[in-house]
Amino acid sequence: MDYIYLDNGASTKIDPEVLNAMIPYFERIYSVASSQFSHRPGIEARDALEGARKIIAEGIGAKPEELVFTSGGTESNNFALKGMASTTNRGHLIVSKVEHYSVLYSARTLESMGFKVDYLDVDRYGQVDLDKLKDLVTDNTLLVSIQHSNHEIGTIQPIGEVVKIAKERGAFVHTDAAYSFGWLPVDVERLGVDLLTITGHKIHGPKGIGGLYVRKGTPIKKWMDGGFNEFDKRGGTENIPAAVGMAKAFELMTDVEIEQVRALRDYLKKKVLSIPDSHLNGHPEERHPANLNVTFDYIEGESVVLHLDMRKIGVITGSACFSRSLEPSHILMATGVSHEHAHGSVRFSLGRFNKKEELDYVYEELKKVVENLRRLSPMKKED
Amino acid sequence: MGLPYSKKVIEHFVNPRNVGKIEDADAKATEGSPACGDMVKVYLKVDKKTKVIKDIKFESYGCASNIATASVTTEMAKGKTIEKAKKFTWKDAADALDGLPPVKVHCAVLAVDALKTAIENYENKFGLVVNKKPTDVEKVRGRLEHVIDPRTGLDVVRTKLVKKIEVKKGVVIMYVDMAKDEQFSGNVENELKERIEPLWDVKEVKVVFDKS
Repeated sequence: MDYIYLDNGASTKIDPEVLNAMIPYFERIYSVASSQFSHRPGIEARDALEGARKIIAEGIGAKPEELVFTSGGTESNNFALKGMASTTNRGHLIVSKVEHYSVLYSARTLESMGFKVDYLDVDRYGQVDLDKLKDLVTDNTLLVSIQHSNHEIGTIQPIGEVVKIAKERGAFVHTDAAYSFGWLPVDVERLGVDLLTITGHKIHGPKGIGGLYVRKGTPIKKWMDGGFNEFDKRGGTENIPAAVGMAKAFELMTDVEIEQVRALRDYLKKKVLSIPDSHLNGHPEERHPANLNVTFDYIEGESVVLHLDMRKIGVITGSACFSRSLEPSHILMATGVSHEHAHGSVRFSLGRFNKKEELDYVYEELKKVVENLRRLSPMKKED
Repeated sequence: MGLPYSKKVIEHFVNPRNVGKIEDADAKATEGSPACGDMVKVYLKVDKKTKVIKDIKFESYGCASNIATASVTTEMAKGKTIEKAKKFTWKDAADALDGLPPVKVHCAVLAVDALKTAIENYENKFGLVVNKKPTDVEKVRGRLEHVIDPRTGLDVVRTKLVKKIEVKKGVVIMYVDMAKDEQFSGNVENELKERIEPLWDVKEVKVVFDKS
């Protein structure tokens, strides 16, 4: 059997159709996107870029001129937070404790510049505490940034409620939908957000491309100085092949396919949770369709990951031993679990190319690995 | 560049030696805690006459390096006298594995510490302590620096979880800044007792939960 990749939450294999759609923009149409008064290659390039923008903007309920292409989710999140700083005289920011590092560390940077930042608590499933949010939002709150769905435990946030609360005090709302984009309905009108982050490579599109939706009238500052690209909001030559690829990948994410992946995820979930002393992390229902996160008691995740890798299965863990910082997952810890619980967590994230037979094999191998490691563990229950 | 581990680390991780517990062990010791993500338990059987380690087993809750260093440490110790095994350093364990990534060195420290503490417990139990200094508050505190506060992952002396220690006529009383019904109180009590009970002149260990 070929290597079984279950780390699609990190990044995905590009779809061959996407790759084919991109190739002409390396080989034939490689000019920069320039004005209508330009040479023909420049106009062709611009048409390609604007075509991609239109497809994506329409898919998220936005106008094309409200979508700024960036290099990916991390840049979009930096842009949203740092670009909004100092645009009004409000000096307060609220982010949740389970945000992606690009939001958390942007918030910390703003904190070091004198902004007041509150880190909003989440419940045991990872959903934000709306009552606490009500208490935290004031007339000084500039921006509330809460992700759409969590990249590690899959929990979907009640963004509609967040927007209602924030808007009562006139605060802007950003949501990081990098993991949701293409997988979950993300409609900026229905959500009511002012800023929304998307990315191309979690839906079998290319890396190095993403976007930030900026609602018309939002006073965001230009983030990257340069030319007048992207409605003068982001300097730098646009990555046209990647933009075309991202649009194509987005088009390929049909409801039918998403339901297939969800069914596979549910199939794996049922099998994995049949292993004794295993617990689902994240929300049981309000959950990203491709995400499964489970803690196995008495054992540590890096050992599980390494054993599975030797069996040609790729997953990740929230264990401290796996991270470069030697800290357990801040996301799991924010849900109030113990260090041990975070150390024993394993994330399985599916994609278009996973097959049911693969998941059967994963379950069989996983069961053996967990049993073996438990045999070694001083914490196992006495039998 | 492949995995960050040497072939030997992987080999010990996949086929760890001397795994399990010894029910009638002469001495045992636990280092680390699940809270910091690493925990090793070592069991010893020692020949009374020759002081040679006849049998040694370990249990590990931890990452690949933790399992591999514990495995290689037991392999090194088996058949050696306790005098010799006492002198092992984390470097010896790391070298025997052809090196460890720098961030994983603490795993080797933990495994070797568990062995040393088990030997120390053996010496205390069988009256082999050379400089028979009576146990005092200082000695107790030193031992407690190896016990981890499960709430923070730091040692209980540093976090002041153990806020007061009394030593009187072989009775050690430790006052713990935690309510008796708290989530980790049972673990804390066991770990504190396990640390102090082996000392040669300690007759009784009391843990008093007294939340400030």
